[in-house]
Amino acid sequence: MTEQRAESKEQRAKNTDKKSPGFVLRPLIIALWLALLFLPFRGIKDALILFVMLSILLFIFRALSGYAKTLTEKFNGIRQSVNISLETVYARSKIPQFVTYLLLFGFILSVPFFAKDYFIDVLILAGIYVILAQGLNVVVGFAGLLNLGFVAFYAIGAYSYALLNTKMGLGFWSALPLSVVLASFSGFLLAVPALRLKGDYLAIVTLGFGEIVRLVLNNWDSVTKGPNGIGGIEPPYLFGMPLGRLSYYYYFILAFVALTVFMVRRVYKSRTGRAWVAIREDEIASSSIGINTTAYKLYAFAFGAFWAGAAGALFAAKMQFVSPESFTFMESVLILSMVILGGLGSIPGVILGAVILVILPEMLREIQLYRMLALGSGLVLLMIFRPQGLFRPGRLSRLAGRANL
Amino acid sequence: MYLLEVRDLTKHFGGIRAIEEVRFRVREGSITSIIGPNGAGKTTLFNCLTGITQPTKGRVSFLDTEITGFRSSSIVKLGIARTFQNIRLFKEMSVLENIMVSQHCRTGAGLFASILRGNAFKKEEKIIEEKALEYLELVGLEDFAETLSWNLPYGSQKRLEIARAIATEPRLMLLDEPTAGMNPQETSEMMELIKKLQELGKTIILIEHDMKVVMGISENIVVLDHGVKIAEGTPGEIRKNPLVIEAYLGKEH
Amino acid sequence: MFVQQVINGLTVGGVYALIALGYTMVYGILDLINFAHGEIYMLGAYLGIIFLGFFTVIGLTAYSLPLALALTFILSIVFCSAYGFTIEKIAYKPLRNASRLSPLISAIGVSIFLQNYVMLTQGATDKVFPHLFEETGFEMQGMTFTYIQIFIIVVSAALMMFLNLFITKTRMGKAMRAVAQDKTMASLVGINIDTVISVTFVIGSGLAAVAGLMVAMYYGLVNYSIGYIAGIKAFTAAVLGGIGSIPGAMFGGILLGLVESLSASYISPEYKDAYAFIILIIILLIKPSGLFGKSQEEKV
Repeated sequence: MTEQRAESKEQRAKNTDKKSPGFVLRPLIIALWLALLFLPFRGIKDALILFVMLSILLFIFRALSGYAKTLTEKFNGIRQSVNISLETVYARSKIPQFVTYLLLFGFILSVPFFAKDYFIDVLILAGIYVILAQGLNVVVGFAGLLNLGFVAFYAIGAYSYALLNTKMGLGFWSALPLSVVLASFSGFLLAVPALRLKGDYLAIVTLGFGEIVRLVLNNWDSVTKGPNGIGGIEPPYLFGMPLGRLSYYYYFILAFVALTVFMVRRVYKSRTGRAWVAIREDEIASSSIGINTTAYKLYAFAFGAFWAGAAGALFAAKMQFVSPESFTFMESVLILSMVILGGLGSIPGVILGAVILVILPEMLREIQLYRMLALGSGLVLLMIFRPQGLFRPGRLSRLAGRANL
Repeated sequence: MYLLEVRDLTKHFGGIRAIEEVRFRVREGSITSIIGPNGAGKTTLFNCLTGITQPTKGRVSFLDTEITGFRSSSIVKLGIARTFQNIRLFKEMSVLENIMVSQHCRTGAGLFASILRGNAFKKEEKIIEEKALEYLELVGLEDFAETLSWNLPYGSQKRLEIARAIATEPRLMLLDEPTAGMNPQETSEMMELIKKLQELGKTIILIEHDMKVVMGISENIVVLDHGVKIAEGTPGEIRKNPLVIEAYLGKEH
Repeated sequence: MFVQQVINGLTVGGVYALIALGYTMVYGILDLINFAHGEIYMLGAYLGIIFLGFFTVIGLTAYSLPLALALTFILSIVFCSAYGFTIEKIAYKPLRNASRLSPLISAIGVSIFLQNYVMLTQGATDKVFPHLFEETGFEMQGMTFTYIQIFIIVVSAALMMFLNLFITKTRMGKAMRAVAQDKTMASLVGINIDTVISVTFVIGSGLAAVAGLMVAMYYGLVNYSIGYIAGIKAFTAAVLGGIGSIPGAMFGGILLGLVESLSASYISPEYKDAYAFIILIIILLIKPSGLFGKSQEEKV
């Protein structure tokens, strides 16, 4: 195996050497290959355009990668000699941290005063996703349990509020505890059998569960009204006043987001949170120090589902309409992407991840069509180049032993 | 008084007889070593004792309670702790956090308590942190409390493993090759640590290959070969036992 | 009626089996659930229509239908294999040493990418397979069996037999089995792991291509989303038979096809897609190693 590696190192050296034929040939071959693959789908003209574009792109990439290496080396050198990393400076000095938070909060609180309705709408959606993503963060990030069907709990929360409201006339505040408990309980029910499975299988079972929930919502016409969905859901009432107005709902969601982050963070920095992280790191070692891993994995699922249920109810209350379309596998993937982008297990990271993945597609409305294409390729690139996401958990909260990112 | 009794413990993995009718008893407060050539079934024995593997046949009792087939976390609660041959630390956690989480089964704050954060919770957290620092001092790692555990040098990681086991407040400690990969200096430090643990009242079972350690601190030695116990006795007896010499002690340490 | 459903089941089952083989082979070698595999099947269907359309335009189809079809098959297989090969090199190879989560997410990313790639290049509406052969078949005791069904069953069976021969008798087949058992050892005895992995993807993709093309012929319609559902079902079949086991995938595929067909006609056709999920969950809960798989204990 080392022989193979030595060989390819030679080849790579040859290819970055500008004078060797490999430098020109290789990008061309790759571009040609990809263009050929593209050919049947769009025809010769488009394939030719792709070929040219890819060749240019790959050439630039090749040329830069030589420079990039020396650049990063220099950069790391400077970093090490000065021995400060952005995070440690940030974490050490108290004043900038306080000021940053103040500015941030000030900005967030004042948004409804200067932003357009459309923007507020997007932020409300972002808020709902933050809650959703934090829920998944508990399951995947803290406890390390891969859940590909998280949308099921979201759906249960949403539909239960929808039904409790439209069919039984329950207001938001009375229905919310029920929705949340229902979602949490489903999480528990799914977990009991599912958690006996390891990694990949658990992922598939959760995926299956998510799909089954969606299929039931789609086909159980008598109760869920199938693909038509349920409309006419009432918004929450606060002090007798309906929170239909956008800016009111914005603060409402903000409060919920704050509550979620607050509670999740408290659990993280406690015996339960530590047990979850231990389970994620090494399940056998965890049970060897006395953690009942089965029970704690159940707790993680139930706790995570709790927040998904809350997000669901909030979603239903905001849109005043729910349909199975909002609860597809793609949604589960989206939420998972938020957690991974933010950094598995990192609470601020996941907030950022959720906000980015909600706001970015909206900002790039013109290339809306390519949104999913970008998500797909984004996931691949993220895994190859930065699998740990934006924030590694715990790095901002204490001075870690390493200075490099 | 016998803390641990192992009776006819057997484990088969399909066709492989990992351990076959192993039988021995461990006195409270003693240090026992389990030795044998590689593949003799020593780690499998530990796995059966700690609930990681379910034995095929046989019985294990601890403090006169049957613990055969119990799950790992329950066994730890009853008072048996173990370390792993190839170190299973929680890499992404700091040294201190590793010890804090190891006190899990001796503390009780649940999900709701951690959200509400009443006085009882806060008191418990404080105790956890204090005790963790004490355990670190015991193994000499208190200066590394904030270091990420996988940044520690090998020898320190091994000591952290032991501190983690101590943090579960066990009566019996199973140490799987604690001196593996250590130089003579580190090895004698480890021997000192093990003796200190004994002074603190712990009963210890070691898996070891280093004969100096085995002969130096054990009171009782159990010899396994190909899953079967071929000898048991004091260091003096084992040293002279022809079966043992034939199976294993051919190499001089 | 029952026999009719059995034939339907075998037809669908053959397709599932062909796709399932790709899943099981890749899982056996890389411990990876290749989420993107269903999309290869979908590509096969689309490519079939595209190539056949091309041949029709240049007059080849009118000249000789069997020739056009044969070329369509060959081209679809070649292109899909190329896609599979490329995907492995771009999205999975760099992650071979990463945690288990990374390649899985990458696979999901590729799946999303491919679905939207086809949607953008070919349109979101269904694409129609040229109506070249009438629904000819024959009748027997009041039931109709179309020639296409027979064709699918025969081709599936033949391919499965060939694959079996390949795996058991050829050098490459043995190399594949070796790599699936122990990668390190295999490389130490001189097997080129990269080549074996590439071959695995190529074969799996080729089989999926055939499956896709036959489905396009059978249903007459394709859509960029067929990969997802077929993928899940084929994966279920692979798990049912024991993931990593090639005979398991074949058996699982056929079994799933039969169960689906019979349940749809005797229980409820609306929840047809749900049966696969339900079976999946049930097997995973009762015997995750499937019918032919072996349970694995983790070594401490």
